[in-house]
Amino acid sequence: MSEVLVVAELSDGSVRKTTHSSIRAARKINELSGGTFSILVLGGPAAKDAAQQLVGYGAARVLVCADATLTHYLAERYAPVVAAAAPGFDVLLATASSYGKDLMPRVAARLDAAYAADCSDVSLEAGQLTLKRPMYAGNAYGFCTLSTTQQVVSVRQSEFEPAEPSGGKSAVADVALAAPGGAAERVEFVSLDQVKSERPELAEARVVVSGGRALKEDFFKVLEPLADSLGAAIGASRAACDAGYAPGDFQVGQTGKVVAPELYLAIGISGAIQHIAGMKSSRIIVAINKDAEAPIFQIADYGLVADLFQAVPELVTALKARKA
Amino acid sequence: MKILVALKRVADPDNANKIRIVAGGEKVDTGNLEWKLNPFDEYALEAALRLTEDGKAPKQRLGEVVAVTLGPKEAETNLRSALATGADRAIRVEAQDEQLDGHLVALALRKLVEEERPDLVLMGKQAVDGDTNQVGQILAELLDYPMATFAATIEEEAQGLRVSREVDGGVCVVRLKFPAVVTVDLRIVAPASVYSQKTDRAFKYNDGVRFAPLPAIMQAKKKKLDVKTLADLVVNTPLRTRYRKFAPPATRRAGAKVKSVAELVDKLANEAKVI
Ligand SMILES: Cc1cc2nc3c(=O)[nH]c(=O)nc-3n(C[C@H](O)[C@H](O)[C@H](O)COP(=O)(O)OP(=O)(O)OC[C@H]3O[C@@H](n4cnc5c(N)ncnc54)[C@H](O)[C@@H]3O)c2cc1C
Ligand SMILES: Nc1ncnc2c1ncn2[C@@H]1O[C@H](COP(=O)(O)O)[C@@H](O)[C@H]1O
Repeated sequence: MSEVLVVAELSDGSVRKTTHSSIRAARKINELSGGTFSILVLGGPAAKDAAQQLVGYGAARVLVCADATLTHYLAERYAPVVAAAAPGFDVLLATASSYGKDLMPRVAARLDAAYAADCSDVSLEAGQLTLKRPMYAGNAYGFCTLSTTQQVVSVRQSEFEPAEPSGGKSAVADVALAAPGGAAERVEFVSLDQVKSERPELAEARVVVSGGRALKEDFFKVLEPLADSLGAAIGASRAACDAGYAPGDFQVGQTGKVVAPELYLAIGISGAIQHIAGMKSSRIIVAINKDAEAPIFQIADYGLVADLFQAVPELVTALKARKA
Repeated sequence: MKILVALKRVADPDNANKIRIVAGGEKVDTGNLEWKLNPFDEYALEAALRLTEDGKAPKQRLGEVVAVTLGPKEAETNLRSALATGADRAIRVEAQDEQLDGHLVALALRKLVEEERPDLVLMGKQAVDGDTNQVGQILAELLDYPMATFAATIEEEAQGLRVSREVDGGVCVVRLKFPAVVTVDLRIVAPASVYSQKTDRAFKYNDGVRFAPLPAIMQAKKKKLDVKTLADLVVNTPLRTRYRKFAPPATRRAGAKVKSVAELVDKLANEAKVI
């Protein structure tokens, strides 16, 4: 039996889709070893409403800690609450977004529990929960077990389809705010600067258009019309982010976001190991690059050797013509 | 300011696709790959150096930087190069990689922090071999220290730091009071990312990390490098994460080259059926 606690993620007071990937993973653990899952929602006063968005997913309980001191996420304040809600649960689970990566190891340490990061699958081997993890930029999978009775896990969003509602209505219960440690006294939230966009989120999009160093200052000028015509999210290589052509959180790769859309277009991206690690699970990969030897072509389903500054506008025109 | 920088050596990440899974899957063989400093740790060291100097006069060191690694004897090469680049002292904790997991590294670092009492622990956000991204967070909790992960910029303030963090959807700014733990992201080595209180905000660093001049490499041989055993720092702690087996990823074959945009659109619509 595995009782699982999913730690939900909120953004601006509503539930992020990352949470639904964790729910999928929790259901899978329950299928493997029995038990139920619950969901813990933490946040400011708005968390109460957010919890209502999660009552239809088959959780035994939806636990809420809504408190003004949790309005802005800080691991130093969230980890104590998660740890206080943990008794009775065997597995604590979140998605390895920047939130999950920041919070869950801290939760694990607080519980003196072992942690497995960014897992792409869960299985049962000889009765033990076994976590599959991509390592070495996705060039090996490790299958690990954790030795502590309570276990903390984060899962890779792109490997767990968001859970669909399953009907029913979970009971909602409040959990008390736990007193934070001294660390919370010495950290202060200053600001969260988020660019609001009409586009789908990178990690959730059905189509992703990514650009590399080659785009230079015309990054958005060239890619936006293409993304618009495909309803795509925009991503970037590290080189494009480092150079300031695209914001840092657009970065796709081993050390950026991992995406697995239906369609991924790599525009003026060479295809370094670190980039490939973040997009090679995409169903269809298209590469446009003027260098026929660029490594990206080794994993692309369709490669076009061309100058992107000509090919991309041409592609936009062709896509528009199809729609018309 | 006194800073402890945690450094790990990893198998050359640019050749990570050359690693092999030993038959039976019990081990990853990094074979003949060269060992390199984890790039994020190189960046953490650079950030530490920037925080302990006036950018205009880097020769004059204004604080103390202690470089620490848990690893085999060979990892001393990486510590020596950290010393040549500007670290003041180094500590190696004797350990083979197989003896370590994130929890154990954090426990050992906690003990070192208790001994060394730095204002700040700087580390990489992730070691690019295991790709786990956990040690900084675990260490911070063990010490009950505030932390800032994914740091893209760091500015020294009185008794603390102002850190901007690269998070999903944008940038989150936090203020930390010492002592604290910071893990760095890629953009931390950009020209205007790190400022000590002494460095003029108009000053711009060269992009990337600094390199040791030749005389410094010679002098680094004289700097202090202490060796400790794991048992000096943690007693009787078994691994919590055990890898039972390894497997290679599915390979992806190259598809076809298309000759024109028109052909591409046709294939996407009629063959792949994605548009
Ligand atoms: C620790 C570490 C972590 C990293 N993490 C990541 C990561 O998460 N994600 C990531 O992407 N990278 C990462 N990198 C960087 C990675 O190694 C590469 O340097 C980077 O991906 C290269 O980006 P690029 O392909 O845009 O640039 P380049 O390698 O410079 O490639 C540009 C490409 O554009 C093509 N081109 C130029 N002009 C045109 C034109 N007019 N038309 C068509 N094509 C053109 C060129 O032929 C070339 O192939 C990491 C590196 C390190 C050290
Ligand atoms: N063996 C080690 N020795 C010193 N520092 C380490 C070691 N392993 C991890 N670290 C530090 O912890 C950071 C995060 O590593 P990880 O959590 O393993 O991805 C690294 O960037 C290093 O700063």
